Amino acid sequence: MTTTHPTNTSTRAGTLGTNAYRPDGVAKVQGGFAFSSDMWSENMLWGATLRSPHPYAKIISIDDSAALAIDGVECVVTAQDVPGNPYYGLIMSDQPVFAAIGDTVRYCGEPIAAVAADHPETCKRALAAIKVVYEILTPVTNPQDCVSGIAPQIHPQGNVYRHQRIITGDQSIVGDVIVEGTYEIGMQDQAFLGLESALAIPDSGGEGLELYVATQWLHEDRKQIAACLNIPEDKIRLVLGGVGGAFGAREDISLQVHTCLLALKSGRPVRISYGREESFYGHVHRHPATIWMRHHADRNGKILKIESTMLFDGGAYCSTSPAVLINAITHTQGPYKCDTASVEGWAVRTNNPPCGAMRGFGVVQACFAHESQMEKLSVALGLSPVEIRLRNVMETGDRLITGQIMDSVAPVEQCIRETDAIAMPEPLLPNADIRQIPGGTGLTAQPGNIVRGVGWGVSMKNLMYSEGFDDYSTARCRMTDGVVSLKFATSEVGQGFTMLAQQIARTILGVNEVLLDTIDTQVGSAGSTSASRQTWMSGGAVKAACEKVLEDLFDHAALTFELSRDHVRIEETDIVDILSGRRIAVSEASKGVNLDRTEEYHHPPTEDLDENGQGNCHVAFAFVAHRAVVDVDVELGLVKVVQIATAQDVGRILNPISVQGQVEGGIAQGLGLAVMEEIIVKDGKVRNPSFTDYLLPTFLDAPLVEMVLIEEFEPKSPLGAKGVGEPPCISVTPAIANAIRNATGRELPRVPIRPYDICL
Amino acid sequence: MSAQELGNEIYTLRVNGQSHPVQDAWIGESLLYVLRERLGLPGAKGACEQGECGSCTVVMDSQAVCSCLVMAAAAVDTEILTVEGLGENGSLTDIQQAFLAAGGVQCGFCTPGFIVAVHHLLDSNPEPSEDQIRESLSGNICRCTGYGRILEAVKIVISKRDAS
Ligand code: FES
Ligand code: FES
Repeated sequence: MTTTHPTNTSTRAGTLGTNAYRPDGVAKVQGGFAFSSDMWSENMLWGATLRSPHPYAKIISIDDSAALAIDGVECVVTAQDVPGNPYYGLIMSDQPVFAAIGDTVRYCGEPIAAVAADHPETCKRALAAIKVVYEILTPVTNPQDCVSGIAPQIHPQGNVYRHQRIITGDQSIVGDVIVEGTYEIGMQDQAFLGLESALAIPDSGGEGLELYVATQWLHEDRKQIAACLNIPEDKIRLVLGGVGGAFGAREDISLQVHTCLLALKSGRPVRISYGREESFYGHVHRHPATIWMRHHADRNGKILKIESTMLFDGGAYCSTSPAVLINAITHTQGPYKCDTASVEGWAVRTNNPPCGAMRGFGVVQACFAHESQMEKLSVALGLSPVEIRLRNVMETGDRLITGQIMDSVAPVEQCIRETDAIAMPEPLLPNADIRQIPGGTGLTAQPGNIVRGVGWGVSMKNLMYSEGFDDYSTARCRMTDGVVSLKFATSEVGQGFTMLAQQIARTILGVNEVLLDTIDTQVGSAGSTSASRQTWMSGGAVKAACEKVLEDLFDHAALTFELSRDHVRIEETDIVDILSGRRIAVSEASKGVNLDRTEEYHHPPTEDLDENGQGNCHVAFAFVAHRAVVDVDVELGLVKVVQIATAQDVGRILNPISVQGQVEGGIAQGLGLAVMEEIIVKDGKVRNPSFTDYLLPTFLDAPLVEMVLIEEFEPKSPLGAKGVGEPPCISVTPAIANAIRNATGRELPRVPIRPYDICL
Repeated sequence: MSAQELGNEIYTLRVNGQSHPVQDAWIGESLLYVLRERLGLPGAKGACEQGECGSCTVVMDSQAVCSCLVMAAAAVDTEILTVEGLGENGSLTDIQQAFLAAGGVQCGFCTPGFIVAVHHLLDSNPEPSEDQIRESLSGNICRCTGYGRILEAVKIVISKRDAS
């Protein structure tokens, strides 16, 4: 890893810019860290969920009497037991807590009932004993039928989640060179390792409860749970259970309401923990999409106009489909200048599995299309992949197709040039170890059939929530007798926010010890750990709270030690009066002091898009370039991704190793989408809900990653940093696809690229 | 049928050098389940219960195994080592330290399985090549790190052990 600027001026361990240690690290390497699936309570029951085996069916009857007769079964809950809102959902409240008698199930795996019993095995028997009679209906599985209107309406709220266009510029323009294609992106799973799990503990008074859950957004969960349970929000305390990865899949409610209902009905603590198969049914996935795109360019390669239609299959319930669609269409141009565009996007409801947030959030799909197009443009114009992109790079101050002015730092050209400057990997040697060639130790490739290819992908990604949403964050900082403690509701999902929060407090307050309070709903919302937003948003809130405490400390110190209030500042762990040169250790100055500040951080407001897709809908953007080198056995269709070179626009680097980890982890997920990961859905049914059949990149699949971090302070960001979580996984997918195209000469319009796409 | 009636096997497992009686267990329970839910050793994790992810890796008689695939009752008379049995008196092993220093831990769900697998790898092959490291750890899935920092951690351990 290299960086374009020196990282840090302070060398004090654990401050901003250093490789601080994770506060949860020791527990995690020793196995003592409590993930939500490790939670346990005295007198606890196990819960389990009955799910529909049909993608679309009317429920005629549910008979749980045989289940209740099983020794060890405590209770069963169904739609009848939901005291409040029978539906939930992030954007639209359209998903039933349980499908009710007389209503329909709309996807395979939809919850119908839940049981609580003394042992997971008893739960399984109870589920098997519940008799549900269905009237099977013909599922709507082709999203195009919802656009054309020929599909029957499968939900009272209709089959279209959102239809939005973007029209800008002179539509009569025709390019000297025109390239087009229709691209498809398969359904990807977040496949976090730590499965869904929650423990609900009812209050002794029976009025409220406590829920320990692995989630991305405690307060939003609580809001939806409270509405379903018809209990005031202040009677429900959510505590973050250890989260084993998220990647978008924990933004929606899954088992939260079910677990609470069982606990309230039984009056006992209840834990539900999904297995892997259930997890595939229990959370939303990345939207499969079909995108048509046509680029017009002049003879020099300048993009003149882009036309596109995008169709996102949202599956049975809304989740975040409208927002995913908006992200996709507003990123049609990618990180390139473009004055004229005509884009039409649809997100629709089908009887396929519900889709929602996954790392990259709509931009992954759009980027696969626009970077596939850039490849075609480069071929059509006889320009190198680097040259065609350099001729179009976006810069700060450019007007986007939405009319919004790019006011983020936008080092797109630098991303491309720095990536281009990274050395190519060694050629594949004739006697290479089999672990380095396509197919590895399994289906071994013929060395003579291996062709090397190189491909590029460049992307932009919005940061934070968009379209008028005030996704603020809250943090509390206390300094009591020299001890600093922080409290926030920010979900730590593995990204390292708890470490960053400590770094911020150490830096601002000049202390070394920073305690972290429990992450729960006893403080204001932090918003979701998604949209690459927590470093910016919760980082901003922690910074603001710490700065307020620092001001209070300065007030106190100036009085007590007779310092010049207007001339004090923190240097390392001292308060320094720069007039007199006097230094007082923070530990000394804070003795007997009790300071307590809670602050919110709000980003500047954004707007909805109008009917022509115009509006300042996004807060900020980050950029990245990827160059992939692949070896392909063209006879067997096997691919080995040899090297990913990348330069990423990260703003200020707050923790180099953390950034590196985000970049490498994101690249592996983007590689998964490029060549191996897909939830296969046939007639509304998931065919591969297991890690045996849904393939994830292993150690042997992980490429060599060579990265440059482009460090340019982002003035709009409270800490100068940009979110780094999503960009790595976005353009790496088309970079790999373009490399395989380069090696094979095939169009390969669909990811994941399967062996038979290459060799048949 | 309650759990008690499912079977009230009493057997003893040897875990981390200690004998643990297992009571009232159902005979079909996996070693992973018994370690986690009956013996209070939650370090081994379940993420697939199909032998695909390695989160549940423990060492059984010097073999690294997926504890989700082993019936607990079949593990009597073996010596089982879990992540909790590494490091003396709560101290970190060099491998655990290297995971922290190199940034090999993000969400940490894969971490106990990886730590056990790396201990097992370096016990049986102290100087593995990079290809050997990758291959021998390819049964452990990590969804967060992309493996780069984990590879770095293993390399740190090898070079430090070499130097001492
Ligand atoms: S839980 Fe045992 S291998 Fe995945
Ligand atoms: S650190 Fe999250 S799965 Fe490896």
